[in-house]
Amino acid sequence: MIDKRVGSAREAVADIFDGATVMIGGFGEAGSPIELIHALIDQGARGLTVVSNNTGTGLVGLAALLRAERVSKVICSFPKTAGSTVFPDLYRAGRIELELVPQGTLAERIRAGGAGIVAFYTPTAVGTPLAEGKESRVFNNREHVLEYGIRADFTLIKGCKADTHGNVLYHRTARNFAPMMATAATVTIVQAAEVVEAGALDPEAIVTPGIFVDRVVHVPSPALESALNEAGASYP
Amino acid sequence: MTSATANGWTRDGIAKRLAQDIPNGSYVNLGIGIPELVASHVPEGRTFIYHTENGLLGMGPSPAASESDPELINAGKRRVTMMPGAAFFDQATSFAMIRGGHLDLSVLGALQVAANGDLANWSTGADDAIPAVGGAMDLVAGVKRVFVMTTHVTKEGEPKLVQHCTYPLTGRGVVTRIYSDLAVIDVTERGFALVELAPGIAFDFVQERTGAPIITKHARK
Repeated sequence: MIDKRVGSAREAVADIFDGATVMIGGFGEAGSPIELIHALIDQGARGLTVVSNNTGTGLVGLAALLRAERVSKVICSFPKTAGSTVFPDLYRAGRIELELVPQGTLAERIRAGGAGIVAFYTPTAVGTPLAEGKESRVFNNREHVLEYGIRADFTLIKGCKADTHGNVLYHRTARNFAPMMATAATVTIVQAAEVVEAGALDPEAIVTPGIFVDRVVHVPSPALESALNEAGASYP
Repeated sequence: MTSATANGWTRDGIAKRLAQDIPNGSYVNLGIGIPELVASHVPEGRTFIYHTENGLLGMGPSPAASESDPELINAGKRRVTMMPGAAFFDQATSFAMIRGGHLDLSVLGALQVAANGDLANWSTGADDAIPAVGGAMDLVAGVKRVFVMTTHVTKEGEPKLVQHCTYPLTGRGVVTRIYSDLAVIDVTERGFALVELAPGIAFDFVQERTGAPIITKHARK
């Protein structure tokens, strides 16, 4: 019998090692797996490379992971959301490295990484500073830049519903990067507000098939960044 | 509400003018900031379907407090609603819509637009700035028509329509048309070309505030 459930967020992230590359789902607070991130802070791994669209707000979730100085590099499209001060402070102090990637290129690099495509050409960013130093080639009379797929050691994502086989559904715009990130890591860890037995989800509606998921953690009432920030919370 | 003043169009006036040029049934991505005003000025009898690149087609206006969902947001991370017929999708699918040329129109703000259609709208290149690009470079690379909605000059009075951009580019030769508080201006092979002046605005007034020559309608023929 296949059962990918693990007992706690702590258990789920226990083997994340120093220097690991970790993909973290979310666009702003939508889809941010806060409980898994907080468990990673407790766990203590350092020197991480984090792949995520943003860098968190306030002093919780992704921002708290950065503030604890566990992250040496972020691969990111938009690191300066309103209410984010942790990343800007670290970046200006030269304490964190940034690889800035256009959002669609970031999505496609993760998709490619998970799909066994080592690199691809895109017209995005041609003629801009973000294409400097990259190989380029003309197709159909138009310049394209070569971008490489990204793989990670671990992916942390948030679903609204998962089953014991690791099939996942998402809530509205919380889906964002999670389906690609699930495919691109050696170990994919999902926190889900509801976990059901295999067979309880409509197979036609499944967004992330369980083959991409290794661990499922039941987090019944996931915290939201905005609510924690309004309450003035900080983690740990 | 008046949409024009002695100084040209208000922000809502620009949005209203721009919306007139969007055909019924268009799939449109509105950039963060001033372009979002377009959604409040859809002409009678037309429906636009709004794409927000974080993963929603059929985005609706801001929600009532009772319907507010922190995981139903737009690319500016503001809470929104969904219209009947809406669809959610992941980022790879969302940027397939963008890069694959499936959207009809992208409306973006600008720091600078050059006479050859180059756009700079993501960074001033200042040393202490935190670089952040989001989906802007994908939008200008992939969407067929790119409308820029902007004030004609900066707060300091410097032209935003220039011969060459001095800020880092978002894309090369990507802008189709510019809607400012003073005029509607096309980007053509011969440079900026006047489409329409805002009410009460003289051509010379616009040209003096523009960093490159503007061809008039008469001269375009």
